[in-house]
Amino acid sequence: MGQTTIEKILTNHCGKEARANEIVVARVDYIMGQDGTAPLAINAFNEMAGQEVFDAAKVAFVIDHSAPSPNEGVSALHKLMREFSADKRFRLYDIGEGVCHQLIPESGEVGPGSLVIGADSHTCTYGALNAFSTGVGSTDLAGGLISGQMWFKVPETIKFVCNGTLPKGVFSKDLILYLIGDVTADGATYMAAEYTGEAITSLSQEARFTIANMAIEMGAKAGLMEADDKTFAWLRRFTNREFTPVTADEDAVYAEVREYDVSKLEPQVAKPHQVDHVAPLSEVVGKPVHQAVLGTCTNGRLEDLRIAAGILSGRKIHPGLRLIVAPASRRVLLDAMAEGIIQTLVEAGAALVTAGCGPCVGTHNGIPSDGETVISTANRNFKGRMGNSNAEIYLASPATVAASAVTGKFTDPREFIK
Amino acid sequence: MHFKGKAHKFGNDVNTDYIISGKYKFKTLDMKELSRHVMEDLDPEFYGKVTAGDFIVGGTNFGCGSSREQAPLAIKYADVGAVLAKSFARIFYRNAINTGLPVVECDTDRIDQGDELAVDLSAGVIENKTKGITLPIKPLPGVMIKILNDGGLAAHFRKFGGFNFG
Repeated sequence: MGQTTIEKILTNHCGKEARANEIVVARVDYIMGQDGTAPLAINAFNEMAGQEVFDAAKVAFVIDHSAPSPNEGVSALHKLMREFSADKRFRLYDIGEGVCHQLIPESGEVGPGSLVIGADSHTCTYGALNAFSTGVGSTDLAGGLISGQMWFKVPETIKFVCNGTLPKGVFSKDLILYLIGDVTADGATYMAAEYTGEAITSLSQEARFTIANMAIEMGAKAGLMEADDKTFAWLRRFTNREFTPVTADEDAVYAEVREYDVSKLEPQVAKPHQVDHVAPLSEVVGKPVHQAVLGTCTNGRLEDLRIAAGILSGRKIHPGLRLIVAPASRRVLLDAMAEGIIQTLVEAGAALVTAGCGPCVGTHNGIPSDGETVISTANRNFKGRMGNSNAEIYLASPATVAASAVTGKFTDPREFIK
Repeated sequence: MHFKGKAHKFGNDVNTDYIISGKYKFKTLDMKELSRHVMEDLDPEFYGKVTAGDFIVGGTNFGCGSSREQAPLAIKYADVGAVLAKSFARIFYRNAINTGLPVVECDTDRIDQGDELAVDLSAGVIENKTKGITLPIKPLPGVMIKILNDGGLAAHFRKFGGFNFG
């Protein structure tokens, strides 16, 4: 009987053949914590009587969620992270370096076949590099920091076979929103997702990250893709390290196989206040928008900014609407500057904020007012997510966000993409 | 472990942003302070309504979303005895066990707001005193029982210096 991708990666890390529903203790290749979770992990590390981290070269903390610090409470926790990482001699990415889920792939430390834990639910993002990466809490993270191991229940896998290619003006964000709407917010709970088919392989590596990033929004432990030439070309920009890709066996056993034809897919939105409240964009076209957000670990990459700049070039954002842009990393920001993208966005009226999580998590950088409507490229639209429970958040692609920023209302980006 | 209290009922997909909002959790490690804001976006009065030992009762996918461990901790520090739900999101479930908050999978359709409950974790049964019925509990995986019995993952590590499920 064959194995799924995740069964193979776990087999390679636990010293025995891993099969769905077994409990295994696996070796971890890389560990990440961020400023919302690392402070509690430091507490747990101390409570566990931890002395040193298992391997300082395989650990990083990232200050991205509330950065630069907006108040003294946050400042104290950032200081705690800086002191701990200096004491244990591992890498700390400080304010302005970017979102953890862009920085860890850019570090070159993670690639096909890797096993990664991160104290952030969107750690599943690196599945786009054919890694098993998953979110854990702070106490699990502390256990990993000390032992270099983590226990897992080997998950069953749902295979998403996406046939066809996306039409012009429809992007990987629209596809993953559609899939989440179809399987619902807990449709893949306790399971892994494998994304396959021409609609996935035809995407750029950057567009694939968007899909893997949102696996958690269907409850999945991981969202995995196969590695191909695009994956290795992307990685070679950052590392010469060798990785061994992992492919599911032909006769692997899946909990479910779901097939889709994406060739007629329209732009999608997730409506308030759940990510699986997905509808075609046409359902809300014309509704006024007060704030537009471009960025986050879902859609803050160079390609995302380039798509938005393509629509905003030579135009101005609608009077009264705010457009907030948060590049996913300093490298993305520098590349976007070199390409003239930042010039275009700022000339159009965008407010550029620090590379990092931006306003996604409600701590800073653009908290909406009561009764306002936000359109965002982020991955969560929960009530209160952006810091005000009386605002409404809609999720969409960078193209839809840019088109809506121009008109001040929900707008189909295909009107701007010829 | 044995708990008695009344049910505070919530719906499906209660995410960890609702349990404790990002606007509070980044500022402090004082969990008692955070607990005053527990469930605030769903019920601003919730903290004041809880008597020690009461239960949060959810539907499916309780604790979905962010990996924040402040969520089970804020519930625990609000003196909630246990969380009962039809199903839990994976990360929340692990975090709750690791930090010693009992989480119980059962048929919560048979529990209404304000019902008086007695939960006996060792016997694996919930008594709904208001309705005069008993509900079975879906057992925890063996690894998690081990972690709970050791007093949480930190205590497990103090005892063994690493994972020891042998």
